Amino acid sequence: MQPFRKHTGEVVPLDRVNVDTDQIIPKQFLKRIERTGFGEFLFYDWRFAADGTEKSDFALHDPRYSKATILVAGKNFGCGSSREHAVWSLADYGFRVIIASAFADIFANNSLKNGLLTVTLTEPQVAEIMRRAAHTASYRLSVDLEKLTVEDDQGFSATFTMDDFARHCLLNGLDDIGLTLKHETAIAAYESKHPVRPEMSAILPGR
Amino acid sequence: MAPRTLFEKIWDAHLVSSPEGQSPLIYIDLHLVHEVTSPQAFDGLRTNGRRVRQPLRTVATVDHNVPTTPRGLPIADPIAAKQIEALQKNCREFGVPLFDIDSPEQGIVHVIGPELGITQPGMTIVCGDSHTSTHGAFGSLAFGIGTSEVEHVLATQCLPQKKPKTMQIDVRGRLLNGVTAKDLALGIIGRIGTGGAAGYVIEYTGEAVRKLSMEARMTLCNMSIEAGARAGMIAPDETTLAYVQARRFAPKGKDWDNAVSAWQTLATDPGGKYDRVIEIDAASLAPFVTWGTNPGMVVPVTERVPELASFAQESDRRAAEQALSYMDLQPGMPMEQITVDRVFIGSCTNSRIEDLRSAARVAKGHHVNPKVRAMVVPGSQAIKHAAEQEGLHRIFLDAGFEWRESGCSMCLGMNPDILQPGERCASTSNRNFEGRQGRGGRTHLVSPMMAAAAAIAGHFTDIRNWRFN
Repeated sequence: MQPFRKHTGEVVPLDRVNVDTDQIIPKQFLKRIERTGFGEFLFYDWRFAADGTEKSDFALHDPRYSKATILVAGKNFGCGSSREHAVWSLADYGFRVIIASAFADIFANNSLKNGLLTVTLTEPQVAEIMRRAAHTASYRLSVDLEKLTVEDDQGFSATFTMDDFARHCLLNGLDDIGLTLKHETAIAAYESKHPVRPEMSAILPGR
Repeated sequence: MAPRTLFEKIWDAHLVSSPEGQSPLIYIDLHLVHEVTSPQAFDGLRTNGRRVRQPLRTVATVDHNVPTTPRGLPIADPIAAKQIEALQKNCREFGVPLFDIDSPEQGIVHVIGPELGITQPGMTIVCGDSHTSTHGAFGSLAFGIGTSEVEHVLATQCLPQKKPKTMQIDVRGRLLNGVTAKDLALGIIGRIGTGGAAGYVIEYTGEAVRKLSMEARMTLCNMSIEAGARAGMIAPDETTLAYVQARRFAPKGKDWDNAVSAWQTLATDPGGKYDRVIEIDAASLAPFVTWGTNPGMVVPVTERVPELASFAQESDRRAAEQALSYMDLQPGMPMEQITVDRVFIGSCTNSRIEDLRSAARVAKGHHVNPKVRAMVVPGSQAIKHAAEQEGLHRIFLDAGFEWRESGCSMCLGMNPDILQPGERCASTSNRNFEGRQGRGGRTHLVSPMMAAAAAIAGHFTDIRNWRFN
């Protein structure tokens, strides 16, 4: 996984609450069996008309935000379906950080596994960032995971919190399967006390 | 020992390790797998030279992509076919049991787990699907995960998990006639919002919950994720045992007696503490219909589309305005005047035999409105077969409903069952998000009875006034 330490980039505001993963990546794009190439389908129904032409009024197509790598949105971002394709599409499109006042649990977990940082700020802080992003040309934020800060160069400054272990994994780009496998002794001990129920062995074909 | 909740007992029993400075590692008893969220996980195993640690704790089926037209026809969508083939190949390569498309056990993953007796009380269950919360109806800790976590569980049978908070939703009194578990779920989400339970595992308690059948409990727990909950659960009782006993993969003989003894200790101890408690008066609930683009945008069928001024928060008011624009509805319009083009009875929320019985009871002796196209999609091949034994398919077909093969179907429209732009649908599924059932499609979530009644009336109608034949 790509480590995340500090990122400075331009900001695009998506002023909506409860953005669900069906909007982030509609179902017709979930049939690919690879992890890559989802960026072009990000927010597909919001970005493109039914005939495939770009909707110029959608924030991501606003030329002011064309270089954005930080997305700021309303509360409960990423709710709904567990599809990790939502995170893959945001990351593949070029986003490194999502800022919102609340995230859905599964989305936040999926983001962690892909080096996409989710930063939870208060509603007034999110509103202030949206205001600045809408009124300042090439508005930039610096997000520092070591210091747990979000700052611009015009006096905005906020701190955020994150689970220590999640932060440690992100900072170091750790493969958490590898970390879990370091507990092999404990896992094997648990399994010896809790064997698979005998009736399950009948589930395999040919038995 | 201090009194513990149902959740805490299952959590404690599955702790493999609590390493200093890391998330606790919990053991996963059952990992359900389907074609959409698994291919990249199997690829990850291959890349890293890892195997599936516990193939007998892993069960796969195909459900999201499968057409609901007669089995045996080729899958017209080549990309869907490729994804299904990928699962077949992965299951062969890694030794994972698969209930394939032509299997009599095939069905929606959250339907077949319980009906085969694979889902049991006290288990930890995960699946790369948010509606895994369904299995909590059995008093298990069941939650949805992403594809990276699917790979993690395949490789290690464990997950590092931050311990969630607990929420009790205590449903006092009894549900009125015509008010179902679906209405209870929608009523709860309407009250606490789609993010209202984020970070929590819900335990549903109270007289109204105890009185629910297993099918109804599954509907209620299924919708927990729509309130943002990590999981939803209900302590096992006689209703649970009666459902699980004698199912194919349920414990047998002495194993059954031992299992029952263990399951009977799972219920929350007197004095067990929750982080948050919500009380619901069951008798205050009515049949609900959603009006907007998330499940929290919901009112009783007897009410009207809300006025924008009724939203206190500016962000919610704007969200409502956007939703009404998408749904092409006006504030103040009576819900019963909203006409529908399509009706979908199915999904992991409402496709079980009891759901089909209740819809058939409404449909019996009536006919689908000529302007409406209505389809019934059983949750599994076993349910389809059982319904046909009971003659339910006859009732539906005589009334003008389509009777189809099992799968997720129009809940998310990954197969050819989708809404056309602008079409309005009464749906027994779980999400009314924009475009969920097809781009430009407009979804209203309801119970199976309310959906069947809408198909016949051509508009939403209060099931409590229905003329049953």
